[in-house]
Amino acid sequence: MATTHISPAESEAAPQHERVVNDLSIQVATVNGSGSQSSNMVLLRALFQMGIPISGKNLFPSNIEGLPTWFTIRASKHGWIARRKEIDFLVAMNAETGEEDVRGLDAGAACVYDEKLNLARLRDDLIFYAVPFDKLVAPVCPDAKLRKLVRNMIYVGVVARLLEIDMGEVERALRKQFKKKVKAADLNFKAVLAGYEFAEKNLEKRDRFFVGRMNENAGKVLIEGNAAAALGCMMAGVTVVTWYPITPSSSLCETLITYMKRYRMDPETGKATFAIVQAEDELAAIGMVMGAGWAGARAMTSTAGPGISLMAEFVGLGYYAEVPGVIFDIQRVGPSTGLPTRTAQGDVLSTALLSHGDTKHPLLFPASVGECYSMAIEAFDLAEELQTPIFVMSDLDLGMNYWMSESFPYPDKPLKRGKVLDAEDLNRLGGFQRYKDVQGDGIGYRTLPGTNHPAAGYFTRGSGHNEDALYTEKGELYVRNMDRLERKFETARRLVPGPVIEQAGHDVGVIAYGTTHWAAMECRDQLAREFGVQTDYCRIRAFPFADEVAAFVRSHARVYAVEQNRDAQLAGLLRLSLPGEEIGRLRSVLHYDGLPIDARSITDAIMTQEVGS
Amino acid sequence: MATTVVPPRKTNRIGLEPAVYKGSKSTLCAGCGHNAITERIIEAFYEMGVEPHRVAKFSGIGCSSKSPAYFLGSTHGFNAVHGRMPSVATGTLLANRTLLGIGVSGDGDTASIGIGQFVHLMRRNLPLIYIIEDNGCYGLTKGQFSATADRGSVLKNGVVNDLPPIDTCALAIELGATYVARSFSGDKKQLLALLEGAIAHRGTAMLDVISPCVTFNDHEGSTKSYSYVKDHDEPLGEVSFIPFFGDIMVDYDPGSTTEVTLHDGSRLLLKKLDSGYDPTSKVEALRVLSESHDNGEVITGLFYVKTGQPNFLDLLNIVDEPLATLPEAKVRPPKSALDEVMESLR
Repeated sequence: MATTHISPAESEAAPQHERVVNDLSIQVATVNGSGSQSSNMVLLRALFQMGIPISGKNLFPSNIEGLPTWFTIRASKHGWIARRKEIDFLVAMNAETGEEDVRGLDAGAACVYDEKLNLARLRDDLIFYAVPFDKLVAPVCPDAKLRKLVRNMIYVGVVARLLEIDMGEVERALRKQFKKKVKAADLNFKAVLAGYEFAEKNLEKRDRFFVGRMNENAGKVLIEGNAAAALGCMMAGVTVVTWYPITPSSSLCETLITYMKRYRMDPETGKATFAIVQAEDELAAIGMVMGAGWAGARAMTSTAGPGISLMAEFVGLGYYAEVPGVIFDIQRVGPSTGLPTRTAQGDVLSTALLSHGDTKHPLLFPASVGECYSMAIEAFDLAEELQTPIFVMSDLDLGMNYWMSESFPYPDKPLKRGKVLDAEDLNRLGGFQRYKDVQGDGIGYRTLPGTNHPAAGYFTRGSGHNEDALYTEKGELYVRNMDRLERKFETARRLVPGPVIEQAGHDVGVIAYGTTHWAAMECRDQLAREFGVQTDYCRIRAFPFADEVAAFVRSHARVYAVEQNRDAQLAGLLRLSLPGEEIGRLRSVLHYDGLPIDARSITDAIMTQEVGS
Repeated sequence: MATTVVPPRKTNRIGLEPAVYKGSKSTLCAGCGHNAITERIIEAFYEMGVEPHRVAKFSGIGCSSKSPAYFLGSTHGFNAVHGRMPSVATGTLLANRTLLGIGVSGDGDTASIGIGQFVHLMRRNLPLIYIIEDNGCYGLTKGQFSATADRGSVLKNGVVNDLPPIDTCALAIELGATYVARSFSGDKKQLLALLEGAIAHRGTAMLDVISPCVTFNDHEGSTKSYSYVKDHDEPLGEVSFIPFFGDIMVDYDPGSTTEVTLHDGSRLLLKKLDSGYDPTSKVEALRVLSESHDNGEVITGLFYVKTGQPNFLDLLNIVDEPLATLPEAKVRPPKSALDEVMESLR
């Protein structure tokens, strides 16, 4: 593709002398394992408590200690919470990346740095603040072993002073972070104060970035997507959880364990109303889900791309044998070593068609922590109603980062357990046919092992069975069954969450899903403000696609599908689902460098294509 | 007046006829050892008076794995994927701990593709009867060697196996299974007693049953052929099983026997043939197995049993009723719980 240089309207950057309040991005560059996560969370939470819309993204290596790591905080009075590519305020603590970090800044940006890195020599168009971290930490923390961890709290104080973050909120955030560890909290707050006092005495404020109190966060919570999904699973009444550790999904089941131990012990017996098993691998994790789902439990596992690949065979069996189960895929970049701790939407196409033979599976695409919660609940209902594996396609950005949200609502509908016959039903009906489409929705009735009725039992197999679940290799019966499964998929199309559409008759449409939503929304604002390009919007929330998605494509001359993978995977699924004449309207905007997508990149890519059309 | 005497129909202690315990007609080769094992399974469940609806059957892929369709026809069964039956069985028993699980696997399904799940099943001591129908070869794909084929066995086409076999019994004992035995499909009495003991056991009961493949592995070069095993079968001891059904007390002269009381009060009696074999010693079991390999013998019998060991479901501290059918009130926490979590996140 020819690259046309698109220059965003200059109005975006405020003149150098003007104060910029509540519209900035802070990047903290540290070394993995240096305790910077606590410092960054204190900064993030303090801003959140000040009522300013914020987002925090941890860009971390696949490493426990020693490799570079960055944390980006965005504060936006407009409510934009996607990653911002441009950094306004850098905290450079890492000797290894310091020079590159400083060279990447735009003119006018501010940089707090460790004095000994001597970074001010590199640029004359930035505002530098040198801080002698070692000198400051020594009197605060006499224990030399702890200094490495406490040292990072110094920059919290420095940044608080320079940006005018309320110190009362900083202390409250810090004490929340350290929970009951009062001594650790005291020590760390001393370090924050040391940084604050140093900045007050020695640093003259020369940059233009400030924060100030707002009232946008009343009642809101701050939570990671994986924790939100775990809460959803618990409220959905999950009973069997099997998992194998893998970044970035592990925290989902780990958080779930904590919640379940607290809220799901039977008060009368003190026993667990659930079973959680760390399996030997993902093959076993999904096998246990299949066994449990078959026996009537609400069963789930969570994993990432490599685990999805391993689960392929069992998921195919689940499709053919019609066994419910919920699988969370916290997507990340590709196989083996390299970028396992970076985000992507790279499993969409392979998961939709996972396994061998003719298989396809419903996928849900949460865009927010609120949807991680609500779609977890919906996924269990759908799995049992449709008697098939259901995938919830989250990603690292959503799963492992903290996001603001309204409080999650308590479920207002009872659990939907699907078509299950018990012994009484069988007495009344005289029997049942496991794979017969009684109601025309493609879904048969099932019984659970342990049902005390001579007609209850049936033998579950893969591809070859008749309506009575008896073995057959007859082509005609196979075709009939496959056609029924197709009808069932049509039922799924009606049951899965529909798209969220904003339509006002514009020529250009934008399609996004999952975490791409946030950057896509900001991009639409940029397109309108800077280029006068108005767009309609369709946020896809599930596969199979509801009919409204095809209608959206049909009613636009050009539709940009924005996603975080190289191969336009969702657009590929759309091409498989849309009528031929609509396909030509689809264009793609693709982002796949492992970092969460940002609005500016989308705006540039869309305008490049718009200029030529 | 003429009277017709109707002979009482044969039923077991819960009033069910033998036919209830049968399944569909076998599609395996005539004379296949697996069919004999199926017959013993039917007999054992009948004799023990197990209600068929309380059982769940599992299998992987292979000739062996077809056999659950041939017994307990009215019972739920799940034919899983190759080598992965243990995980499916685990999931089902987690979902419903009141079920009695029986899994049938083969030597390929267990010792090759399934070795990963097999070892973890054994170490969890999941209450499951795990039967390997072991013929040392892949029947369904026409006779390739499996990992239990003995070194030196010869395929029909002359290929010799150079690799040592995996002894699934030694492995199971090492890993924590609490009832480990080997038998021979043709040994009706021993196999029935071992199966009945397995039904009474509450933990992983692993039975490796040598079962000659009449089509691909019943020739002179095979160490799993009917004649080879008949000639080299070295029973460790005579195994008898005495079920415990509440008020039925069996008077039995212990003589030179070792007695093992299972969790429900049933007893396994091992008649000692040699120097005081002790089935509660792992070391002794492994020694006996190792020795039999050196001597080219197929030693059969109950090698190891341990009662009173907590099984996987006990360790998980799950409620007594099936998780699968707990009512909504037990599995969806109240609004106050959600409120509390939300408050902590503000």
